Amino acid sequence: MSSGNMNLTLKIWRQKNVSTAGKMVSYQVTDISPDMSFLEMLDVLNEQLIQKNEEPIAFDHDCREGICGMCSLYINGRPHGPGSGITTCQLHMRSFKDGDTIIIEPWRAKAFPVIKDLVVDRSAFDRIIAKGGFISVNTGSAQDANNLPIPKHDADEAFNSAACIGCGACVAACVNSSAMLFVSAKVSQLSLLPQGQPERKQRALDMVHQMDVEGFGSCSNTGACEAECPKGISIENIARLNREYLIASLTEKEPKKGSGDN
Amino acid sequence: MSKLDSKIPDGALEQKWTSYRSTVPLVNPANKRNLEILVVGSGLAGSSVAATLAEMGYKVKVFCFQDSARRAHSIAAQGGINAAKNYQNDGDSVYRLFYDTIKGGDYRSREANVYRLAEVSGNIIDQCVAQGVPLAREYGGLLSNRSFGGTQVQRTFYAAGQTGQQLLLGAYSALQRQVGLGSIQMYTRHEMLELVTIDGVARGIIARNLITGELEKHFGHAVLLCTGGYGNVFFLSTNAMGSNATAAWKANKKGAFFANPCYTQIHPTCIPVSGDHQSKLTLMSESLRNDGRIWVPKKKEDAEAIRAGKKKARDLAEDDRDYYLERRYPAFGNLVPRDVASRAAKERCDAGFGVNATGQAVFLDFQYNMKEKYGRSEAKKLDIANPTDAQLKELGKNVIKEKYGNLFDMYKQITGVDPYEEPMQIYPAVHYTMGGLWVDYNLMTTVPGLYSLGEANFSDHGANRLGASALMQGLADGYFIIPYTIGAYLNTEVSRMSAEKAKADSIDKLKTQHPAFDEALKNTQAHIDKLLSINGTKSVDHFHKKLGKVMWEKCGMARNANGLKEAIEEIRAIREEFWKDLRVTGTANEYNPELEKAGRVADFLELGELMCMDALQRNESCGGHFREEYQTSEGEAQRDDANYSYVAAWENKGNGQFELHKEILEFKAIKVAQRSYK
Repeated sequence: MSSGNMNLTLKIWRQKNVSTAGKMVSYQVTDISPDMSFLEMLDVLNEQLIQKNEEPIAFDHDCREGICGMCSLYINGRPHGPGSGITTCQLHMRSFKDGDTIIIEPWRAKAFPVIKDLVVDRSAFDRIIAKGGFISVNTGSAQDANNLPIPKHDADEAFNSAACIGCGACVAACVNSSAMLFVSAKVSQLSLLPQGQPERKQRALDMVHQMDVEGFGSCSNTGACEAECPKGISIENIARLNREYLIASLTEKEPKKGSGDN
Repeated sequence: MSKLDSKIPDGALEQKWTSYRSTVPLVNPANKRNLEILVVGSGLAGSSVAATLAEMGYKVKVFCFQDSARRAHSIAAQGGINAAKNYQNDGDSVYRLFYDTIKGGDYRSREANVYRLAEVSGNIIDQCVAQGVPLAREYGGLLSNRSFGGTQVQRTFYAAGQTGQQLLLGAYSALQRQVGLGSIQMYTRHEMLELVTIDGVARGIIARNLITGELEKHFGHAVLLCTGGYGNVFFLSTNAMGSNATAAWKANKKGAFFANPCYTQIHPTCIPVSGDHQSKLTLMSESLRNDGRIWVPKKKEDAEAIRAGKKKARDLAEDDRDYYLERRYPAFGNLVPRDVASRAAKERCDAGFGVNATGQAVFLDFQYNMKEKYGRSEAKKLDIANPTDAQLKELGKNVIKEKYGNLFDMYKQITGVDPYEEPMQIYPAVHYTMGGLWVDYNLMTTVPGLYSLGEANFSDHGANRLGASALMQGLADGYFIIPYTIGAYLNTEVSRMSAEKAKADSIDKLKTQHPAFDEALKNTQAHIDKLLSINGTKSVDHFHKKLGKVMWEKCGMARNANGLKEAIEEIRAIREEFWKDLRVTGTANEYNPELEKAGRVADFLELGELMCMDALQRNESCGGHFREEYQTSEGEAQRDDANYSYVAAWENKGNGQFELHKEILEFKAIKVAQRSYK
């Protein structure tokens, strides 16, 4: 029951660390079951490598159910591989055929340097959130939750934007390595809700500023980010961010360097 | 003499927290700036406590092994979070949530802690909404609720099937805000490998930078372990791949007692195992039991035909189906607590009625509610007089999709089967661990200055946790309990600091220069070197899978004395083999996931044995701990209150020796009774 009948050739990016050049290396895996997830297939390969006393492939993963955003992988030229609306850990080998050659690379973006093999550093996203991806409310100062009715439609729309898992597929998919979908999803969620209004303008300015500091590229509206987003975050968020940013630039005073003080 | 002082405040149950909270010593703002707090883990408990303590003015460092605080496994919680708001006007109250939780935990938790949890539950919802967490709402704009197992009210708040994600992102945003303000220093891709104690008091940690492999010393006036549960002892569980017990286990070795390790929650509705390649199991939210009916065939020959692929679920007439939960527990039906539902599934499968190829699965079927409940009501709304079967299904499907769409998609993605057409196949899997580090009412462990929050502690769920209560507890501990209770200890630290001000070699001056840090670092390095120097032939996963198999078969859903004794011997043998024949590739001074796993599995191999020892000493059945020798004639768990109404807290004496300490549980507000959901 465990083993299947698929034999595959894998071409995988190997890179020792950030300061060493990397290269593609070919591997063969055999007896792969169509019920395996893509990451389980890599587990099989790693077990083989360990048996041969070679170093296993380093790749990021954790929850393996498509929600933590830790797994990445650029598979056959697509973030999270073939199929839409899923992360790599939700990709199953039944999406491939016996005899296939699969090319596996890390996210490629200036703002996401490679740590090792397929593992990249996405801490730029955390720094963007730290600049404004929040509502400044200290613990203990909240009113009763139902004192603030929010139209279901607005709440649902905010939820749709909030569903972003911060995996970085949008950046990996983009020819310019733009982080606009990620940033716009957070800006949208908070600007759609009444709680987010007081900091609305400053938030847009500060988050966009940090995005630029991190070295992400500009948005040229190709829509690749939306197409590859495992959570179906809509490009409408980017349109909203552009409006938010424009209005904020025209009406808000000097953008502060660090925002969010109490 | 017992070393356990639970420090439960005096007074009536309803007044304990209010009066304690108002009298607990405060730390003045100037002193807070001089107090450093280390938070290990960034899930709901870790993120919420770190953000709150930083807001209060403390200097905070946060450590997580993932690449961002937002990845912690709280993110994967699907169904919801309980709170006694009574927004639905269905008779809910603080007392009722308290009562349900104590009863759900099979009378093996502390009254005072659970009452406090119920009391602060409402504040959590207020706080999260204020942060912009988009919880589900009704058309009137107010918050929506649903039911979870073990309750008869609707008190579960949710955000589709992604409640944990939304709550964690709320806490994460509060945390990142403090990072931006410079009040929190964040250490991602760092793993705590040792607790540093000086004269028995927690003073810091040794953490490994997972990218460079460097070992770092960090000083703190208090150390907060928010490191989650130990379900990965079983190898296969719904936990994340990286979830581990190392921080808690190292703490146990340094004097923090480990309580009730045998209390493991086996969640009834998970996607069944498909093969040996399986790396983890995926939960299907308990919320599905609101609308899904659980059944197996009534006749064995039907079950056999289904297993052989000769029949399908749809081929069986209504009369040929055994809705065994509705049959056995008419009052709660499909919404019985998790332990009861899991055991009932195992009972049917063991009896030969299981439905997938392995015989280890039951059906979770939505057809009835899809057509009869939602389809009819939608048809009525649209004035369709005599809806056809197909119409009913189509209309109902849309409602089901709105409620559980992402779960249905997830199921289809993993199994390749469309659950709108075929019933889901589910089987129980390890999901949560009620046991954890023993803590007092302040959430302090038996090591002064060392606290434990969330799933990592043992405090609130007794022998079985109710659905949607993990998120509640993690956030209660972090947002609303520690920020008060930690003052009781830090206040004494302030006095000590001022008394030792003139001392040239005071802890506060030396900090990580203290020899205890060098000693701890040396030991950690030696442990790593030992793992790397075995140069055996078997991978870490080989041993982990072996351990998991023993645990699942002998310390899983049902246990007995013989099996547990065997398990202890088998685990010892695996451990011995591990230290003789393990192969860890790579080196210590680089990013090396195999080395990380090796350290975690080394600890699981010790904790697993303690779990079996704990299960063996508890000669009763309660909640998630089901000893086959102790059951009623109807197959229900048979408690022994006269002899086992205690918390079992294990002191690690070194060299695999443990001493059992007992904290006797007293019930004053609640009448202890045989748990019944019939």
